[in-house]
Amino acid sequence: MPKDQGIGASPKRREDVRFLTGAGNYTDDINVNGQAYVHFLRADVAHATINSIDTSAAAEMPGVVKIFTGADFAEVGGIPCGWGVTDRHGNPQQEPRHPIIAHDTIRHVGEIVAAVVADTLEQARDAAEAIEFSLSDKPAVVDMAAALAEDATKVHEDLTSNLCYDWVFGNPDDDAVQAAFDSAAHVTTLELVNNRLVANPMEPRVAIGDYSRATDEYTLHTTSQNPHVIRLLMCAFVLGLPEHKVRVIAPDVGGGFGSKIFHYAEEAFCTFAAKACGRAVKWTSTRAEAFISDAHGRDHVTKIELALDGDNNFTALRTNTMANMGAYLSTFSTSVPSYLHGTLMAGNYKTPIVQVNVKTVFTNTVPVDAYRGAGRPEATFQLERVIDKAARELGADPIALRRQNFITEFPYETPVALTYDTGDYVATMDKLEQVADVAGFAARRAESEKNGKLRGFGINCYIEACGIAPSNIVGMLGARAGLYDAATVRVNATGSISVMVGAHAHGQGHETTFPQVVADMIGIDESMVDIVHGDTGRVPFGMGTYGSRSIAVCGSAMVRATEKIIAKAKKIAAHLMEASDADIELKDGQFTVAGTDKSVAWGDVCLTAYVPHNYPLEELEPGLEETAFYDPANFTYPAGAYACEVEVDPDTGKVSIERFSAADDFGNIINPMIVDGQVHGGLGQGIGQALLENAAYDEDGQLLSASFMDYAMPRADDVPFYQVDHSCQTPCTHNPLGVKGCGEAGAIGSPPAVVNAVIDALQSGGKNVTHIDMPLSPARVWAAMNG
Amino acid sequence: MYEFEFEKPSTVAEAVAALADEDAQALGGGQTLIPTLKQRLAMPSKLVSLTAIPQLKELSDNGGMLTIGGAVTHAEVAEAAAASYPALADLAGHIGDPAVRNRGTIGGSLANNDPAACYPAAALGSGATIVTNTREIPSDEYFQGLFDTALNEGEIITAVRFPVPEKANYQKFLQPASRFALVGVFVAKYAAGVRVAVTGASEEGVFRWREAEAALDASFAPDALDGLSVDAGGMIGDLHGSKEYRAHLVGVMAKRAVAAAG
Amino acid sequence: MAKVSMTVNGKAASGDVEGRTLLSSFLRDSLGLTGTHVGCDTSQCGACVVHVDGKAVKACTMLALEAEGAEVATIEGQANADGSLNNIQQAFQDHHGLQCGFCTPGMVMSAAALLKDNPKPTEAEIRDYLEGNLCRCTGYHNIVKAIMAASGQDVSSIAAE
Repeated sequence: MPKDQGIGASPKRREDVRFLTGAGNYTDDINVNGQAYVHFLRADVAHATINSIDTSAAAEMPGVVKIFTGADFAEVGGIPCGWGVTDRHGNPQQEPRHPIIAHDTIRHVGEIVAAVVADTLEQARDAAEAIEFSLSDKPAVVDMAAALAEDATKVHEDLTSNLCYDWVFGNPDDDAVQAAFDSAAHVTTLELVNNRLVANPMEPRVAIGDYSRATDEYTLHTTSQNPHVIRLLMCAFVLGLPEHKVRVIAPDVGGGFGSKIFHYAEEAFCTFAAKACGRAVKWTSTRAEAFISDAHGRDHVTKIELALDGDNNFTALRTNTMANMGAYLSTFSTSVPSYLHGTLMAGNYKTPIVQVNVKTVFTNTVPVDAYRGAGRPEATFQLERVIDKAARELGADPIALRRQNFITEFPYETPVALTYDTGDYVATMDKLEQVADVAGFAARRAESEKNGKLRGFGINCYIEACGIAPSNIVGMLGARAGLYDAATVRVNATGSISVMVGAHAHGQGHETTFPQVVADMIGIDESMVDIVHGDTGRVPFGMGTYGSRSIAVCGSAMVRATEKIIAKAKKIAAHLMEASDADIELKDGQFTVAGTDKSVAWGDVCLTAYVPHNYPLEELEPGLEETAFYDPANFTYPAGAYACEVEVDPDTGKVSIERFSAADDFGNIINPMIVDGQVHGGLGQGIGQALLENAAYDEDGQLLSASFMDYAMPRADDVPFYQVDHSCQTPCTHNPLGVKGCGEAGAIGSPPAVVNAVIDALQSGGKNVTHIDMPLSPARVWAAMNG
Repeated sequence: MYEFEFEKPSTVAEAVAALADEDAQALGGGQTLIPTLKQRLAMPSKLVSLTAIPQLKELSDNGGMLTIGGAVTHAEVAEAAAASYPALADLAGHIGDPAVRNRGTIGGSLANNDPAACYPAAALGSGATIVTNTREIPSDEYFQGLFDTALNEGEIITAVRFPVPEKANYQKFLQPASRFALVGVFVAKYAAGVRVAVTGASEEGVFRWREAEAALDASFAPDALDGLSVDAGGMIGDLHGSKEYRAHLVGVMAKRAVAAAG
Repeated sequence: MAKVSMTVNGKAASGDVEGRTLLSSFLRDSLGLTGTHVGCDTSQCGACVVHVDGKAVKACTMLALEAEGAEVATIEGQANADGSLNNIQQAFQDHHGLQCGFCTPGMVMSAAALLKDNPKPTEAEIRDYLEGNLCRCTGYHNIVKAIMAASGQDVSSIAAE
C-alpha cells in the first residue's frame, strides 16, 4: 500500500487549485495604484552607431511621463556577468559593458534604445514612434567563424576581438592527446550544430517597479526564478542601491527553463524609473519582444573526435566548439559552454583522455545563456552522436558499444574534473531495454515498412551534474557567487509550520513536495506545513531555482533547519517529561522517552516554546525557528538511458515520434508524480529541439523565427505518450535526502536519441545519411535523403 | 494597436456605407487582422464588423451548388458542408485551430488571400464564384498574387458559390510553426474537367497546376501525375523549406489528394 | 469610448471600452478576471481561450465590442457551485496536468469545449484539438491523460503516474 503522505508519496499538488480556478497571482495580474506603463523602443537593426536621438517631439505627446535614453543610464553600472572564465593562457575572459539602454552603439536587434513611460501603454507606443534617430549602420557580425576572422568587424570596439575566451579543459597536453589518436585503431569524427533555441516559457516576462518616498524603499515585482539574486545583482552592480531598501517579489511565475534566472535590463529600468517618475512603472513583454530580448539558449558548433582501440574501447575524446555569447554577456552565459559543458564530456564512459576546447564568440545577436540543461545537453548531444556514428562505422551494436565502455565503479574520477559519487548505468540500460521493448522493435519496423514508412530506433545515455556547488570549488573556477541555498523553518505556537525557502517554484511543485519532507521528518500532517518563496521581504535568503538544484540543495538546507528544530524540540520535550534529551524519540508527531510510556505531542512542545511557563529558560531560548544554509560537498549525478522510435515518411521527410522511453536514476524520490511530470516536460522540450525549434538569424542579424509563426513550438500532436521509469535508484551519497534532481534530464537525454533514431530509419531505407543538424524538419530530412 | 472606431452594422448596405470612410476596413473574424493590428502594421480609421449581418451568415445547398455567406465561420462550414461537399468541410475543419475556426470566416480568408491559406485553394480548385455587394467574380480572375485580389476598396464578399464536384480532396502539408500550409493541394473532379489548385508554395500565391489537370483529365489516378513537376523557380524558399522542397511537395500532395479523392 | 455589456460567468458585466480594446483586456483589466492569460500576440498559444456563446475563442483575438450581448465563460466560472473543482479541473489535478499553471486556464477551457462536442475523444482527437494550446511544461502527456480521464475513460494503462 503506497503511503499517501510524506517522502515517496504522490499527494495531489496543492498549488493546482488556484491555477485551475484562475486564481493564480502572476506578475501581470498585479497592478499598483497609479502605475504608469513603459514601452521599450527596441533596435530593429543589428549593429549601428547611434549618432543622435531626438525625443523632443515624443516628449510632448499625450500622456507621456518621461522618456529615457542611454544617457540617463551612463552613470549607473552595467548588467554584470556572474562567472569569469580564465582562458587557456591564464587570461580573463573579455567582458564588455552591458548597458541598460544602448548608449553609443546598437549591438543586436531587440536591444533597448529608448524607454517611454506614459499613462497608458498605447500612449507610450505612440510616443515611441515619434522618437527620431540618426544611425550609422555597421556590418552585422552573425556567423561565429566569420566573427573570429582577423579582419572581422568588432561587436565591441573596446575589446581586442570578438573572442570572449579560448578555453581548454581536461587534458591540456595537445601532443599527448594527439598521440592517443595516432595510435587508435579507429577514429570517428563528427561536425555538428547544437541549434539555437528560445526558452519561451508561456508567461512572457513582466516587471513592475515601485518606490516609496515615505520609506525610501523600492519594490520590484518580476518574473524571476531567483529574486534574491536579482536583488543582489541589481543593487550591488547596476543601480548602487542598499540591499535592505529593495524588495524583489517573484509571485506565481509561468515557467522559466533558465530564461528567468538572469538579471535583465527591464528589471533595473523599472526599479530606477519608479523613483525618477514618482510612480510605479509596469512593463509586460509581448511575445514578439520576448523573442528578441529573452536570453537564447544553446548555439554551439562542434567538431568531435572519438578514438577507439581494436577492441572498441574508447581511448580518447577531443572536441572543438564555438559557442555563441550574443552581443553581451548575460548573467551566467560564460559558465555554460565552459564548466557546465566541459565537465560533462566524459559522459557515462571510462574514456581515459578527454580534451575539450571552447571558443566563445561575440556576435550581433541576442545574448545566449542557460536554457534547460545548460551545457549538459550540448555535451551529451556531441558525445552520444559520435558514439552512434562510431558504432555504425564499426558495425557494432550501439547498445553493446555503450555498455562495454560504461563506468562501473564508483566513486569515479573523470578526466574532466568531476567525481561521480554513485550510479549504475548498466541497471538503467537494462531497465530501458525492457521499458522500450527493444525485442519488439523488428516487428514494429516491419509493420511500418508495410505502410511505406521508415522506422528507426535511437538510443542515448546521459549523465548530468546538478545541484551546482560546492561554493569554494566553483569560486576557484570563476563563479562570482556562492551556490549554497538557505531555508528557515518557522514553527508557530500551535504547531503549524512555515518554511521560508530560497528555491523558487515556477511549475516544479515545491509547495507540495517540500512540505512532504518536513512533515515526514516530524510525523505530522502535510497540511500543517506551508512553504514561503519568491519574496525577499519574506524569505531571509536564497539562491533560487536552476540546474535541477531545488531539492538537492535547498531541500537539504530545509532538512538541516528541520533537524535543528527537532533537536531543540526534543530538549523542550525532555524538560516537560523530566528526561534526558538524549532519550527522547520523535515519531508520528509524538515525543516519547525511550523505554517508558511517557509522551508529549508535537503541538504541546510548540506551544511550550512560545508560552514558556514550564521551560528551561536558563539553558534554552524560547521560540522555535531555525535557519540553515547548505553548501553541497559535490554535484549530484542523475543519469539514465533513453530510447526513441521514429517513423520517417520517405516522400516528405516528415518524422513522427512513435515511442519514447526513459529510464532515469534520480536517486531517492520525494514525489514520483512530480518527477514523472518533470521528465515529460523535459522530453517535450528535447523533442522540440530535435525536430522543431530553431532560432535562425539572417546575415543582417535579423531573427527569422521571431514569433510562433516561424519558431516551431512542440504541440500536443508532435509528441506521444512517454514511457518513463525511475525505479533504478542509487541515492546521492552526500546530501541528507539522497536526492539528485530531475528537472533537466529529459531535455538533456532526448535530442540525441531522436537524431540517432532518424539516422537509423534513413539507413534502414538504404539512405547513406550519417548526420543531419537539428532541427530535423521535414525539409532538412528530405534534403538529406535526396542530397 | 492604433486607435480606431468600431461599427457593427446589421445590413450589407450599412456596411458598405460605413466602409466608404477613408481608411475604413472590414473586419471578418479578425483572426489575421487583429494580430496584424497588434503589431501596428495597419492603421485603419475604422473597423466595420461583418459578423452581425444576417445575409452574410446564410448557407444554402442548391442541388450541386453550395453557397456560403461571407461571414460564415470555418467551424460552421466544417459542419454544414460535411454531407454536401466533404472535401470542403474537411478543409475548413483543419484551418488553424478550433478557437480560430470559431471566429475566422470564409470571406475574411478570401479577402486577405494569404499565400499559405487554405480557402484560396478550395475556391480556385472548385472554380467557385466570389459574390460581392456589386458583382460576381470567377475565382480564376479573383486571386491576383500575394495578399492581392480583384476586390475594390470597400467591396464586401457577401457569399462564395461552390459548384460541388464529383469527387475532391485537399491535402495540406503543415508548416511546422504556423501550421499554415507549407504546401496545400486541392483536387476536384468535375464533369467539365479536373481542377488542381496549389496554395502555400508559390511566390505568386494560389495557382492552378494546369499540367496536372490535363493529366488527370486523361486519367484520374495518382500515377497519372508521374513525371510531372512544377518549376521550383517560382516557389517560395524560406526557413521552412527550399523552393525545390516545395516543388517536390506539390507533386506528393497532389498525388495523395487524387488517391484520397478516390 | 463605447459602452459594452455582456454576461460573464452568468453575471451581467459592462464597462467603457475603446474600439481597439480586446476581450482579453476587458476581462483582465476592467473586470479583474486575471485567470485569462495572454501568452502571445499571434493567436497561437491559447492561454486566453474563453467561451463566447458556448464556443471556444481566443480572447486576445476578439474585440470586446464584438462580444456585446454575448454569454462569456472564463476559467473563474468553471468550478462547481459549491466551489469544488469541476470534473475537468479535478482530472487535471488528479493527473498532474499542469505545472506552472500559465497555459492551464486555456487548456481547461479548450478541454471543456472539446468534451461538449465529443464526450469520449480518442488520444489522437485530443492531441489534434489542442493544436491551438501551447504548454511548455508538461510535454502534454498528463494534459492528454487528464482530458481522457475527465471524459470517463480508463487511463490506468497509460504509462507513468
